[in-house]
Amino acid sequence: MSVVERTEHLPVVVYTPASQLRNPRLLFASMWGDLKASRELAWRLFVRDVSAQYRQSLLGLFWAFIPPIVTGLVFIILHAQGVVNFGASAVPYPLYVLVGTILWQAFAQSLSAPLKAVVNAKPMLAKIRFPYEALIVSAVYGVLLNLLISLTVLTALFLFYRAPMSWTLLWAPVAVLLLMMLGISIGLLLTPIGLLYTDVPAALPIITQIWFLITPIVYTPPQRYPFTVLAAINPVAPLLLGARDLIILGKSPDLATLVIAGAAISLLLFVSWLIYRIALPIIIERISA
Amino acid sequence: MSQRLVAVEKVSKKFCRSLRRSLWYGMLDMGAELLGRNGGQRELRADEFWAVRDVSLELQRGETLGLIGHNGAGKTTLLRMLNGLIKPDAGRIEIRGRMQALIALGAGFNPILTGRENVYVNAAVLGIPKAEIDRRFDAIVDFAGIGRFIDSPVQSYSSGMAVRLGFAVAAHLDPDILLVDEVLAVGDLAFQAKCRKRIQELRQAGVALILVSHNLHTVSHLCTRTIVLGQGRVVFDGETDRAIDIYRAALMQGVKEDDAASHPGTGELAIRRMQVLDANDREQNEFNVGDTVKLRLHYRVNRPVAGAVINIKIRASDGDQVTGMRSDSDGVQLTGFDRDGYVDVVVPQFNLLPDVYTIDAVLFHADGFAYYDRINHLASVKINGGLQVNGTVYLPHTWGTGASLNSQPADREWVVSSKRDGGER
Repeated sequence: MSVVERTEHLPVVVYTPASQLRNPRLLFASMWGDLKASRELAWRLFVRDVSAQYRQSLLGLFWAFIPPIVTGLVFIILHAQGVVNFGASAVPYPLYVLVGTILWQAFAQSLSAPLKAVVNAKPMLAKIRFPYEALIVSAVYGVLLNLLISLTVLTALFLFYRAPMSWTLLWAPVAVLLLMMLGISIGLLLTPIGLLYTDVPAALPIITQIWFLITPIVYTPPQRYPFTVLAAINPVAPLLLGARDLIILGKSPDLATLVIAGAAISLLLFVSWLIYRIALPIIIERISA
Repeated sequence: MSQRLVAVEKVSKKFCRSLRRSLWYGMLDMGAELLGRNGGQRELRADEFWAVRDVSLELQRGETLGLIGHNGAGKTTLLRMLNGLIKPDAGRIEIRGRMQALIALGAGFNPILTGRENVYVNAAVLGIPKAEIDRRFDAIVDFAGIGRFIDSPVQSYSSGMAVRLGFAVAAHLDPDILLVDEVLAVGDLAFQAKCRKRIQELRQAGVALILVSHNLHTVSHLCTRTIVLGQGRVVFDGETDRAIDIYRAALMQGVKEDDAASHPGTGELAIRRMQVLDANDREQNEFNVGDTVKLRLHYRVNRPVAGAVINIKIRASDGDQVTGMRSDSDGVQLTGFDRDGYVDVVVPQFNLLPDVYTIDAVLFHADGFAYYDRINHLASVKINGGLQVNGTVYLPHTWGTGASLNSQPADREWVVSSKRDGGER
């Protein structure tokens, strides 16, 4: 949609009906330019949202870690009472579960953040031209903040259980980053359709819930046939379990797998971004017309 | 230096009347875009219409272009395409230089946060660097007239304050081309004056402006050139005064068609029509400021009545009543309605400023409450001339230097006559 060149010191932009994909070099250049241009706006939006959220709340920052802790507690109690048996874990079960639910929260929030951010910005989108990447970057900041707060709680738990910490912990951020990137990629893919049809935002929490249950978070990875298939096709499972192993078991990372996963997820994120970017002008016309 | 900043060539845009279809077309268009199709389809799909059709225009540096037209004429859609918010379905738009838009004031405001915090958010949305805002923060607060409220949450502001704050931030935009959509319509007079002043400054700095407004005075004062849009097409592109005339004429036509309904009263008397006559009793619809205008109201008598009161309302093109005449208020008794006839109202000096005025008439009972008949938009009077003077009315006046001023009272006289005997009252 846009062509940028410089003549007489003024930038020139051209809008035509042709698909932006027909001039990829230019498209990539403008994506990169907008990403850079969106840094300040993303930060402002993040500060705005966080300040507004905590100013209107009594418990404030507690909300960042209450959900995963409560989810974890439910299963910890069920497990302790022997209501359900989730298999034997190598570390104290509460630690095992809470690391899992906190990692899951990072993924689930990354998944829902793009659509939520863009839906909230609808009035702005309809009237103002700004780098749309800013909405996503700002939402990612929000997820990161929640994760950081949860991690402080997790650190306290580690100290409480006197759990051993190994050098592999240093790899954990890489795995968590990939997990978040995966969530954002899928979230970005859903955003254009979710803006048009409310079915998507309505279904997303349900799907997230089911996804939580089929991922070995509160139970140990299944070894029996039908369930092993589920774990194999679920892209979150290896990432989340890998990250958890790095954190609590001190397992050395499989570098080759990490690199391949990193490359695949980076590519997916780029494609999602591309789709988000070219779809948005078409969607804006439909949501505000 | 004349330099073309905006070139629009045969641009069209489709919209869809049905929401369900519109959403589905959105999905299809998205698919087509992702498959890299070249250009939009020129054909309309079911329920679609052309919101903008084959519009071409150019804008040079330093020019101020007005865009006027009915609601739904495509003004805002065109602006949104220029701004890059939505893609054209056909044609080509070329923008040279930094384009910014003054469309939504206070974008990104969060009501919970203070004015101070929101200023920074809003500036970031508009792409104004933080350093710029830091440097001019006091000037912004001052311009907005917010005072100590700057550290209160925006939800405690009046709507006027929020808008002023939004404009104070937007006033620091530094574009080559600025799009302005109706922002001048909000806020009180003092605020509007500030907006106009700021726009004048930008013009003097060589910024090219595109101004969408329903306020024709604003357009006539600010715009060097004006485009009239009608049903998505360019109806006229040229001199602002001509454009305003054309738009008013079109506006009148629309108003007449929509609102010419008669409001039946008790029916003993019926309004037949109104003739607009000049000083020599020739029928005429166009006058200059201060001409003699005679309004001749023809009535039909269905059942003879003793008396009636006639009320005539004169409305400007924006629909506001400017003035009127009422026979009983003027102390005139109209009696003897036993056969068809007419009533003349003579205005020796029709001192309304250029515009198209419409005339409503009511035939009241002698008590002045119940009515026999009433018709809106019975006739129209077009007053010609430039818009050298702002406002609606011309006050007859002379200039003097301390000596006596000679004033000429311009009164109107009522004349009643009947067809047969020409009897008068």
